[in-house]
Amino acid sequence: MNKALKYTAIISGLLGLGTLLSSIVVDYDPSLHILEIGLGGMTIGGLGYFISQYHGKIPGIKNNHVWRNSLTNKGAWGLFIGIIITAFYVCIYWYPEYLGFSASGKSSGLVALFDPLSYLVNGKPASQWFVYGSLYTFAILLFGIKFIYKYRNNRYQIIRTISVMFFQFAFAYYIPELLSVLNPETPYFAKDLKYMWPLNYYFLDQWHLKNMINGGNLGLFFLLFGLALIFVISPVLTFFFGKRWYCSWVCGCGALAETAGDPFRQLSSKRINIWKLERWMVHAVLVFIVLTTIAVVWSFLTRNPDISIITRNQFAFSSAGFLILVIATIIFWKRNGFSRDVKYIIASLGIIIIGIISINVFSNEKHILFVPSNELQSTYGFIIGAAFSGVLGVGFYPLFGSRVWCRFGCPMAAILGLQQRLFSRFRITTNGGQCISCGNCSVYCEMGIDVRAYAQRGENIIRSSCVGCGICSAVCPRGVLKLENKALKNRINQVEFPLGNNLNKD
Amino acid sequence: MKFSAFKKKLSPKSDISGSRLVIIGNGISGVTAARNVRKNSDIPITIISDEGPYFFSRTALMYVYMGHMKFHHTKPYQNSFWKKNKIELSSGRVETINDQKNCVVLQSGEIIYYSSLIIACGSKPNKFGWPGQDLEGVSGMYHFQDLQKLEELSNRINTAVIVGGGLIGVELAEMLHSRGIHVHYLVRESSFWKRILPKEESVMITKHIMDHGINLELGTELKAIEGDSEQRVKGVYTSTGDYIKCEYVGLTCGVSPNIDFLRNSNSNLKLDRGVLVNRYLETNLPNIYAIGDCAQQNKPIGKRPPIEAVWYTGRMMGETVAQTLTGNPTPYNPGPWFNSAKFFDIEYQTYGWVNANNDPANEEHIYWEHPKKSISLRLAYSPETEIFLGAVNMGIRLKHEVFNEWLSSPTSIYYVVEHLIETNFDPEFYPNYLKIAKKQFLESEQLQINE
Repeated sequence: MNKALKYTAIISGLLGLGTLLSSIVVDYDPSLHILEIGLGGMTIGGLGYFISQYHGKIPGIKNNHVWRNSLTNKGAWGLFIGIIITAFYVCIYWYPEYLGFSASGKSSGLVALFDPLSYLVNGKPASQWFVYGSLYTFAILLFGIKFIYKYRNNRYQIIRTISVMFFQFAFAYYIPELLSVLNPETPYFAKDLKYMWPLNYYFLDQWHLKNMINGGNLGLFFLLFGLALIFVISPVLTFFFGKRWYCSWVCGCGALAETAGDPFRQLSSKRINIWKLERWMVHAVLVFIVLTTIAVVWSFLTRNPDISIITRNQFAFSSAGFLILVIATIIFWKRNGFSRDVKYIIASLGIIIIGIISINVFSNEKHILFVPSNELQSTYGFIIGAAFSGVLGVGFYPLFGSRVWCRFGCPMAAILGLQQRLFSRFRITTNGGQCISCGNCSVYCEMGIDVRAYAQRGENIIRSSCVGCGICSAVCPRGVLKLENKALKNRINQVEFPLGNNLNKD
Repeated sequence: MKFSAFKKKLSPKSDISGSRLVIIGNGISGVTAARNVRKNSDIPITIISDEGPYFFSRTALMYVYMGHMKFHHTKPYQNSFWKKNKIELSSGRVETINDQKNCVVLQSGEIIYYSSLIIACGSKPNKFGWPGQDLEGVSGMYHFQDLQKLEELSNRINTAVIVGGGLIGVELAEMLHSRGIHVHYLVRESSFWKRILPKEESVMITKHIMDHGINLELGTELKAIEGDSEQRVKGVYTSTGDYIKCEYVGLTCGVSPNIDFLRNSNSNLKLDRGVLVNRYLETNLPNIYAIGDCAQQNKPIGKRPPIEAVWYTGRMMGETVAQTLTGNPTPYNPGPWFNSAKFFDIEYQTYGWVNANNDPANEEHIYWEHPKKSISLRLAYSPETEIFLGAVNMGIRLKHEVFNEWLSSPTSIYYVVEHLIETNFDPEFYPNYLKIAKKQFLESEQLQINE
């Protein structure tokens, strides 16, 4: 019975997907409701498949045969899905015309299928970005249902998944479209309330800054709220809850990774060399994103002294001063000894300060450090925004796991991670000496943290990359791991021997 | 190919005069000893094993079979770890120990000299002389080779019979069940693990195992295993007179020290069921120690059995003997008992001593069970002194640290109940079951009468 349902569901889902994709080559008549048929087939197929997997089974960990399944163990199915997603991303970013998008006239193909939905939501014809946003949200909602079903005995997972589904649907998808409808005359600026700098790397770009300033009350609100997010809301939330408040509860990239990406979480590499690479990448991304952002603001101030409230000199020196203050705070906070991570962070911030001063000295209206200023951000947008987060980040789910982008490329995760490592109440606690080194926690860590290495020593896990998804705790067969926000004291516990042995006491 | 290249590279070059710590067995005990010796000393260390070149977590073998992991995931340390820490790994099976010449002789003929020797060769599954117990398709589930064997056979197993109601048995049942194999599970007692689990918990787990579709046959023992003409398992006869047609028989009736090679080795080592050791884990021979599953205490420590075949005690003995070997003679002095397991989907922990068949005059129990879910908590205490003795919890996670403290020095049961909430280790947002348990305990008759 379950097998029949499973294969019927897979066929239905593939037919739905095939129907949607066929619109790229076949020009369907709008009266055929191809979009409804496609999405409907995928929804019915998906739900049927989830029922065949979990219905009637006793709640618990459902990881049987993960490493024997061709989809989840880099087999033919994994490759197939990976190629489709990658091709889709390449089209979205660089060849939207293959999807039927037409900048001048009426779109055709896949994009045209979404026109009725787009008119319904924002009163405009669909763009390739609307198609992307719709499918992205659809995937999170559909696979979110699956994730909740899979972990229905785990309240942390249920609440967290409802949260990411809500934020994706409301904040990233529906409200921004609604706001566009309500303010049709204002120029475009990102209206996703949770899409904050530096994940939204163009937040302070000249065009975006101008559009917000010219965007009336709403624009001003987004500018001020965005700044508040960066400097107040985010540091405070990260202090109390760790970076998970964003990465696995709110963020859209995280939402996709936790839902549609869940079957691939075990594919993240746990090798020590990859961890070293991760540390390099995180710090490099931090330096790069802060410097480029400061550079574009600096050049904005240079070019638009009339609508600026401070001069470029004031800006350069105050940002350098702010960072010196941050360094001083870190040194004061960690005055009892610097770990390697602290040194890396201080070095990175030092490089940024030197960079700011160089920008102020060696740049002018057209060139930032001898590089044409407009190229700087467009290069970043191409390499990081599209190639990394989209193609490598999602298209390669079936090869490298679901959090490649979050782990190596996301500037937001980098900054929140550094704060989590230094100033946060969050940690994963180990339950005394109960670890049996089985390794489930490490295998299912999507961020590639070797959780077991800490758990078997009885040490708390305080890693900047941890997004707090809570799966290590869920899959642990001996109840050893717990995500907690607690007082800072003894957060990092050096343990000589795991609990249980009364050495030295007789 | 890879394996022989590795062997060549790390082949130990020991000689008679040099100092060298040799460890037989690369399980949790031997490896913990090696790591902790290395923390304090530069002495050359050689670990000998014939199970596989690298340390892996035996407890995770079931997850490899079920496809939760690959075998390499069970290794807690990357392969480069051993070279980096100058711990030589030698592949081979020890045939004899020569305590006169201070050397061990491998089956291959290779001789390795030691200045100190640790025997940490672990356990082997028990076999009780059943007819047909050596047929193809009959095995325990302990060694890596048992897993390999089972993997090879799996395609032609439709029905399996498991014998023995303990922790490995239920894991084996879960493993086979995950591959769609029909499992008959023979348990001698009237409910699962009744010897260790108090009645209510035992009944809960019994029901859970059955709910998963396992054919649990209680009060049933294995009589004989029947083979076909090719010496492969065909079926089993049970004590209830039934015949079960099957292609695999899992023998999981406990384990015993894996020391047959020592019995045959003409050494003067004192053996009983295991290698006899004192509190310093020293055998009767100088510079030879025994730890882990294969060690047997001359005199039992407290309520502990003389042979403790548990992951945690193996680790603790490894930590202890490493202190002694690095100039800090330390007796094996384990703290309060603790253990844990998972029966299909139900997690189990225990702290201190809770007897399944307690004499209420010496050991009183208070017990709470969730009306619908498989969650329970039992606290044991002495009715006379009101001192807390231990806890058994199912489906709820409790903090080791707190119980370790409460059990290390006399703590009143009233104090424990009063502070029960502090022991919660369930994930965030879980209902606080301990609040409900506490309420029931405070209202329970036992605690009222004593007050």
